[in-house]
Amino acid sequence: MSGAVPMSWALLLALVLFALGLIGLLVRRNLVFILMSIEVMLNAAGLAFVAAGARWGEPDGQVMFLFILAVAAAEVAIGLALVLQMWRRFGDVDADLTGRRDGG
Amino acid sequence: MLIAFAVAATVAVAATALMVSSRHPVHALLDLILSLLAVAVIFYLLGAPLAAALEVIVYAGAIMVLFLFVVMLLDLGRVAEEAQAALEPRALRVPVLLAAVLIAEVMSLLVQAPSGAGGRQVGAAAVGGALFGPYLIAVELAALLLLAGLVAAVHVGRREDAGDTRGSGS
Amino acid sequence: MAGALPFVIAFPFAGFVILALAGARMSRRAVAAIGAGSVGLAAAAALVAIPAWLAAPHRELVCTLWRWIEAGSLSTPIMLRLDALSLVMTGVVTGVGFLIHLYSIEYMRDDDGYARFFAAMNLFVAAMLVLVLADTLVLLLLGWEGVGLCSYLLIGFWYRDPANGRAARKAFVVTRIGDTAMLIGLLVLFDRLGTFAIPELMARAAARWPVGSPVAIAVAALLLAGAVGKSAQLPLQTWLPDAMAGPTPVSALIHAATMVTAGVYLIARTHVLFELAPPVQTAVAVVGVLTLLMASFAALAQHDIKRVLAYSTISQIGYMFLALGVGAWTAAIFHLVTHAFFKALLFLGAGAVIHAVDGEHDIFKMGGLARRMPLTFWTFTAASASLAGLPLVTAGFYSKDLILWRALSAPGIGPLLWAGGLAGAFLTAVYIFRVVFIAFVRPAAEPGRALHRPGPWIGVPLVVLAVLALTAGALEVPRTLGGVHLFSHLLSGVLPEAAHEGSLGLEAGAQLAAAVVALAGVAVAWWAFGRRPESVAAPLGTAPRRRVFELWADGWGFDALYDRVVVRPLVRLSEAAKGDAIDALAMSIAGLAVRLNRGLALTQDGRVRRTLAVLAAGAVLVGALAVLT
Repeated sequence: MSGAVPMSWALLLALVLFALGLIGLLVRRNLVFILMSIEVMLNAAGLAFVAAGARWGEPDGQVMFLFILAVAAAEVAIGLALVLQMWRRFGDVDADLTGRRDGG
Repeated sequence: MLIAFAVAATVAVAATALMVSSRHPVHALLDLILSLLAVAVIFYLLGAPLAAALEVIVYAGAIMVLFLFVVMLLDLGRVAEEAQAALEPRALRVPVLLAAVLIAEVMSLLVQAPSGAGGRQVGAAAVGGALFGPYLIAVELAALLLLAGLVAAVHVGRREDAGDTRGSGS
Repeated sequence: MAGALPFVIAFPFAGFVILALAGARMSRRAVAAIGAGSVGLAAAAALVAIPAWLAAPHRELVCTLWRWIEAGSLSTPIMLRLDALSLVMTGVVTGVGFLIHLYSIEYMRDDDGYARFFAAMNLFVAAMLVLVLADTLVLLLLGWEGVGLCSYLLIGFWYRDPANGRAARKAFVVTRIGDTAMLIGLLVLFDRLGTFAIPELMARAAARWPVGSPVAIAVAALLLAGAVGKSAQLPLQTWLPDAMAGPTPVSALIHAATMVTAGVYLIARTHVLFELAPPVQTAVAVVGVLTLLMASFAALAQHDIKRVLAYSTISQIGYMFLALGVGAWTAAIFHLVTHAFFKALLFLGAGAVIHAVDGEHDIFKMGGLARRMPLTFWTFTAASASLAGLPLVTAGFYSKDLILWRALSAPGIGPLLWAGGLAGAFLTAVYIFRVVFIAFVRPAAEPGRALHRPGPWIGVPLVVLAVLALTAGALEVPRTLGGVHLFSHLLSGVLPEAAHEGSLGLEAGAQLAAAVVALAGVAVAWWAFGRRPESVAAPLGTAPRRRVFELWADGWGFDALYDRVVVRPLVRLSEAAKGDAIDALAMSIAGLAVRLNRGLALTQDGRVRRTLAVLAAGAVLVGALAVLT
């Protein structure tokens, strides 16, 4: 089961996922989508950690993954609260609305 | 083993790509959940069953559900569709460029570094032992972080009532 | 008593203090009593000091009053010196000054600033006395600056008219140029010779500096610049005609008899330095000749009676400079004395005339005054005769002739200087009798006009000065006419006399020439201005002659020249500096901060996606750096 999955493959996968998340982050205007892209990036980072930990057979990778999870949770909570506020204030969740012209 | 990995990896990448380009938030969320599940499979294949379980329970199960709640609460479905109609291919140039650079950077590292394969499984007991051992302080800090996140989310998400003049108007 | 010497200065200074503090509350009579009385007391104190002076060794009274500046090697106590030269100057200042003060009692009676006038005049007398009695150059400088201040205060006495203020400022600024040069000269003297006391300075300079050494030339040139400024000689003469904006007694005292002669006194006092710098001494003579000629032409073209007299003063001081330049020190001082008498008289007489015709200055609008103001007319004419140097009966003849003779018998360019002086004498006679004939003798322009006749306070000083202007010549009569040398004998201890004595025949010839020239000038004036009154209004027909005439009237265009060359560039420079380059430099830092702020604020406009983009790019960049290094 714990087979010979080369670390480099897993890292490459993490890299691709991270890049996709980055693209999504930069391209999308909808705040919810931006937050989701951030989650993708965080997840990719976690994957990298776990892969590295599995390479050396240490629990440290998973420990780091756990902390990343905690961070992601806290960040999502606050981010969605911000989305709520924005919805109430502007009626829309377009990120460009946060610019100064609209008094953001 | 490797085949399973390849399949799961493909699923993850495809699902993520779909998510990024999706128009409908709910569809995107489902795609994201699919991607997370694929990654969980990969975790298991790497010999990290605890991470796989946590991925499913916490990430896909709690965080994504939270997203779903908010999307449905605010009924963002219709709004998002209209906004994304304005998305042009031109906007993709710079992000794709950045991503490509990033991939190139890391790949150059990967090529140099030895890529051994693991062999053993690292189970929950080992992780638990590490958490209560060397990483104890980090655990406490993570707890504090969650608390802070909780408080901040409550505050930021509050309703602006007529009589509520305290705090910075956000 | 030697102790009387400080009182000569103390009395007028006390008068100033009392009048400055309480004068506004005092009655006219009290103000007059203190104002004129203080100067009178100063004169009395000078007289009282004479016996002590006669008895003193070398006929020098030195009075050390207080310590003043003591700093390291620099020690200048307040020391007064009464020797023959300063005694003569003191006599002129207090004597003529007293007469002018008496005159002012009546002349300024109707003025609101009566007390202020006398206060400033007293301060002036005190400062002038400090100047002439000073035994150290620093104290002399104190008096020098003091008279400059009083000149400013009194020229701008009627301060409500801005033109008077401008004239006062002009006087101050132009003399300031000379004062600065003089100060530099003083400092060089101290730096090289280590003292400010005049006798020591002269002795050390004579001992250490060879004749013609560069440092002596430099110092003498600087002192000459100071004298030129204060005495209104070329090229700093432009302030004196405008200074006529002040009340007439001011013009008489400050700008005729005393302050403007301070330059002559300075050169005489420091004559050792000038003897050590022959080129500079020659320059003194040249400046004198050029000035006297230029001013004579200018005086010929003036309408305003006071401006005629102003240019005349410039011209006569040119004669004194000429005398100093050829080494005729005593002759210069003699002319200074006689000039004080007749020039003060001319001004006082002009003042009486102006007062009588209700403030009219233009001679072409006067006329017929000879019959209606006989006293003024005859005293004015006596002074004019003395100025012109009419032979034998006037003091001016003897003093001017002495200068001319010394110039002729001087080596080098002497005869050339003499020719210039002679021409100037001719012109002098012409321009002053032009005034006499047009303003007094000619029938009045407005026959029926009322006149305010002057009273005794004005009349008595006029008479006294007239007597002096005619008889003072008896002090120094050339050998061709009897040979009385009281004056030069008096000053022989202080001022050296040239050893050269030319031939008797040449001297007699020179005197004859001077006499002829003066009489010829009067005759020409009579022919041009006295005989045919109607020709006066349109003196010159053709345009080129008119332009020359106007050039003379304009003082040879010096004002326009200075305006173009000095004033306008300075104004432009100060306007450019108004933009305050240094301040702009300092403010540029603030401006930079503001611009930086505005630039950076653009990043804080809350546009989330831009922020994200920048973050991502930055992260990639850092990763690249990590990979590549």
